[in-house]
Amino acid sequence: MHHVVLEQWSRGQSFLHARDARAKIPAVLGFLILVATAPAHFEPLALICFLLLIAGLAAARLPVMAALRRAGVVLPFCAAFAAISFLAGEPRRALSLLEKSYLSALAVLLLVGTTPMPQLLRGLDSLGAPRFLLMVAQFLYRYLFVISEQAQHMRMAGRCRGGLAGRRARFRAAAGALAVLFSRSYERAEKIHRSMLSRGFDGRIPVLAAAGFQALDAAFLAAWLSVCLLLRSAA
Amino acid sequence: MNPVIEARDLRFQYDDGTVALRGVDFRLYPGETVAVFGANGSGKTTFVLHLNGLLEGQGSVEVCGLPVAKQNLAKIRQKVGIVFQDSDDQLFMPTVLEDVTFGPLNLGLTPEAAFERAHRALHQVGIDEAAAKAPYHLSAGQKKRVAIAGILAMEPEILVLDEPTTFLDPPGQHALAELLRGLPQAKLLVTHDVEFAAALADRAVFFEKGRIAGEGTVAQVIERFGWSRAVIPSTG
Repeated sequence: MHHVVLEQWSRGQSFLHARDARAKIPAVLGFLILVATAPAHFEPLALICFLLLIAGLAAARLPVMAALRRAGVVLPFCAAFAAISFLAGEPRRALSLLEKSYLSALAVLLLVGTTPMPQLLRGLDSLGAPRFLLMVAQFLYRYLFVISEQAQHMRMAGRCRGGLAGRRARFRAAAGALAVLFSRSYERAEKIHRSMLSRGFDGRIPVLAAAGFQALDAAFLAAWLSVCLLLRSAA
Repeated sequence: MNPVIEARDLRFQYDDGTVALRGVDFRLYPGETVAVFGANGSGKTTFVLHLNGLLEGQGSVEVCGLPVAKQNLAKIRQKVGIVFQDSDDQLFMPTVLEDVTFGPLNLGLTPEAAFERAHRALHQVGIDEAAAKAPYHLSAGQKKRVAIAGILAMEPEILVLDEPTTFLDPPGQHALAELLRGLPQAKLLVTHDVEFAAALADRAVFFEKGRIAGEGTVAQVIERFGWSRAVIPSTG
């Protein structure tokens, strides 16, 4: 599962892992702005950005090939838009769309692959991201494990009873399983809410203060943003 | 001695019309451990949810002399700590330490004081090393300990444990019994596990169709209601 692998990656040890999330988030944001605002003919810049991200993955001791494959998950989504541009007679635009999407996904993957989720959420919180949104992300991430485990149990139970022959029957079974999963998740949400209330929850999740932002974090952020600015002005 | 929990003629009906409690009278005294037995659907969990105001029925419930009412809920939820059956419902924060500090921070403690309490509670349940871990990396026994630590960090006067031995293997059950035996709080154990209850409880009550049908020592109650594992006939 994606989130299990990313969780393992994010618990590694490297210079990038050691950087504060409050430095890494604006750094990635800067990179995304650089990529998004680059002109359509930006192949040399795209190559430099790609090499920078590869260097980042290697520095973070993450499996480069696996990361490159995972970032490709965005391609089917943007392929439709790229196809429209291509059919409209703008092949360069189509290519740049694919390049920009892929580079952005790889940059975000580098961020989440080097930052454990609790730190990432705390970093986003201190940078002013809406609390409610973070709370939803936090619960989603926490219970993704539980719900996916339940889904696997249901799948196994289905197989133990011989599975189902035929695509239509399998589709119906999957739809039924989804409905059960939804109602179970709803029930669990009620239980979680109860357990939160019984520990004094008043509608606001208290957040512990993040560790200190070090000079090295500031230097990393400044250096990275300078590179982005330099590349942007050269593009 | 004044009871720490006193329920009088407690009645409750769910929105779908199911009558869950039909007049429960119950007292729990400081330091004692009471086992709550009863069939599934007999009203045990519904009763427990009234003890810190998660459900509100007719009749009255008092905790340490305070009526369970809206204006007292914050104080009452500090006094009554409920450990739920499935620890995954209770461990919702990203890390163990954050989860255990959740209650103390809600009580208005400073982060430093909440940290101190959390570390003390984790030490008390013997799982200090898990502080930085994510809850989904823990075993069922570890999760249960962390869930109890989350409650102990609020320094409650009463511990309510709903099916505490669910998901635990025999060594895990043994360790949990040892842990609970060492805790000074008054305890309410809602359980089907007769052996576990017999090892810890001073007395037991038996729920039947939304009311307490009988009480006594654990041995007396299981004898009277035929509530033991021996009901499964042996094939030998």
